[in-house]
Amino acid sequence: MINVFEVNETNNMVEHENLDVRTITMGISLLDCIDSDLDRLNEKIYNKITTKAEKLVETGDEISREIGIPIVNKRISVTPIALVGGAACKTPEDFVTIAQTLDRAAKKVGVNFLGGYSALVSKGMTPAEENLIKSIPQALACTDVVCSSVNVGSTKTGLNMDAIKLLGEKILETAELTKDNDCLGCAKLVVFCNAPDDNPFMAGAFHGVTEADVIINVGVSGPGVVKNALSKVRGENFEVLCETIKKTAFKVTRVGQLVAQKASKRLGVPFGIIDLSLAPTPAVGDSVAEILEEIGLERAGAPGTTAALALLNDQVKKGGVMASSYVGGLSGAFIPVSEDQGMIDAVNEGALTLEKLEAMTCVCSVGLDMIAIPGDTSATTISGIIADESAIGMINQKTTAVRVIPVIGKGVGETVEFGGLLGYAPIMPVNKFSCEAFVNRGGRIPAPIHSFKN
Amino acid sequence: MKKTIITVVGKDTVGIIAKVCTYLAENKVNILDITQTIVQDYFNMMMIVDANEAEKKFDQLADELEELGKTIGVQIKMQSEDIFKAMHRI
Repeated sequence: MINVFEVNETNNMVEHENLDVRTITMGISLLDCIDSDLDRLNEKIYNKITTKAEKLVETGDEISREIGIPIVNKRISVTPIALVGGAACKTPEDFVTIAQTLDRAAKKVGVNFLGGYSALVSKGMTPAEENLIKSIPQALACTDVVCSSVNVGSTKTGLNMDAIKLLGEKILETAELTKDNDCLGCAKLVVFCNAPDDNPFMAGAFHGVTEADVIINVGVSGPGVVKNALSKVRGENFEVLCETIKKTAFKVTRVGQLVAQKASKRLGVPFGIIDLSLAPTPAVGDSVAEILEEIGLERAGAPGTTAALALLNDQVKKGGVMASSYVGGLSGAFIPVSEDQGMIDAVNEGALTLEKLEAMTCVCSVGLDMIAIPGDTSATTISGIIADESAIGMINQKTTAVRVIPVIGKGVGETVEFGGLLGYAPIMPVNKFSCEAFVNRGGRIPAPIHSFKN
Repeated sequence: MKKTIITVVGKDTVGIIAKVCTYLAENKVNILDITQTIVQDYFNMMMIVDANEAEKKFDQLADELEELGKTIGVQIKMQSEDIFKAMHRI
C-alpha cells in the first residue's frame, strides 16, 4: 500500500521542485488532406486538426487535475507541410496560406503550439520544399503559434549545403520581419540534422511520414527534481551520483508514462513515445545548468562541463528507459540558453561561450538552442554555424539542431526578452572571421563513412 | 477498485479530521485507511479512500475539498492513487 512518505515525496516534487509534464503532443497526419486545389486543401487541413484534437486540451487538463501534476503544454505536430502542400502550392505565398490555416486551427482547439511547418531536405530540395523554406519568414511573421523546422542533413545522406545556405538567409529575414517583436520568429524555427519523426518538443516537432494517422507523444521534464536529489549526495563518488540521477529519472519518466497512457485511452489515440528530456524553464530551480553546478562545477561552461553533461544525459536515459515501454523523440538534456536561468548567468559571467556550447552539444541533445547573436551577423556566418552543428550530428549519428536568434539592432552585451517559457537571453559574441567562400560553394557534403570509427 | 489519495497538510487545529470526514461521508466517499502525524505543530494526514460511489465528479470533489481546506487553514489535495503507484512501484 502507498505510504505517507511516498505521497509527500511526490507532492514535494510538484510544489517545490517544479516537477511537471512538459507537453502532451498529438501527432496528426495530414497526408489524407492532400489536394491540388489550395482552398480545398486548407479546408481539409482545418477540419482534420479541429476534429482530431478537439478534446486534447480538455483531456490534458482533466488528467492533470486527477493526478495532481501540472501538464504545462498541449501541442500538435503535423506532417511536414512541404509534402502536404506540394501539389497545391506553386509559390511561397501559397504556403503562407497553409501556415495561417494551421494557426487558426491551433487557436480553435486551444493548443500552445503547432509544429510541422517543415521540409525534410537532407539530400535535395523539390521545388515545393524550396518554396516552403522561402515562405518561412513570412509564415512565422504572420502567425502566432506555428513552429517551423527544416532537416538539412543526416548520417545516411550527408549535408545539403544549398539548403544550409538558404536557411542562413531565411533566419536573418525572419529576424528582420519580426524585429518589432524581439525577433521572436527565429525562436519558432529550428534547423536539424537527423531530425526524429516523433519529437514532441517545440519548435522542432513534426509528425513524420512513418507514423500512424494520429498519435500521442509525451515530453517529460524535471531538472529541479534531479538537482534537489543531487543536493542530498554532495561529496559522494560518481557511483552514488549516477545511481541518484537514474532513480530520479525513473520516477519522473513514470509520470510521463502514466499521463501518456491515460491520454491515449481517453482520446482513443495510440500512444507513441515518451521523450526523456530534461527540459529547463526560466524559473529558478528548473535549470539544467544548476544540475551541472550541483555535480561540482562552479558555473556551466567550466572545464569538466562536457563530461558532467555526458554523464547526466546518459544516466537520465538509463533511468528513464526502464520506466517507459516506448522511448523516442530527442531524449536527452536540453541546454537552451534563454530558457535556463543557470545558463543565462553562466553567459553573463563569461563562463559559457558559443564554442563551449557547441562542444556540449556533442554529448547531449539537442544543439545550439535559443542563442541570441548580434543582429549584424551575416547570413553566411549563420549558415556556417548550422553546418558545424549539423556535421557533429552527421558524424556522431545523433540529432543536432540550431535555433539561433539574430537580434536586429542589438549587439553583444545587450539582452533580448522573449517572455514566457522562451525566457530572455544575453546576446553572445560570434567568431568574426568569414566562412563566405565555404558556404557559397554550393552542393552537398557527402555522407560519412560508417566504418573505421575513431 | 480505483482508490484515491487525500492529503491534508497545515497548522494543527481542533477538528480537522472531523470536518474532512464529515464532508466525505456526506458525499458517499468511503475511507479505507488513515495515517496521521504531527511534526512541530504541523498536521500531516494521508487518507486512502474509495470515491467510486460518489455522485459528484472527481473535479468537483477535489475543488470542494480544496475550498474546505481554506476554511480550516490547511491544504487539502485529492489525487488518483495511480500517480503514486506509477512513481513508487515497479
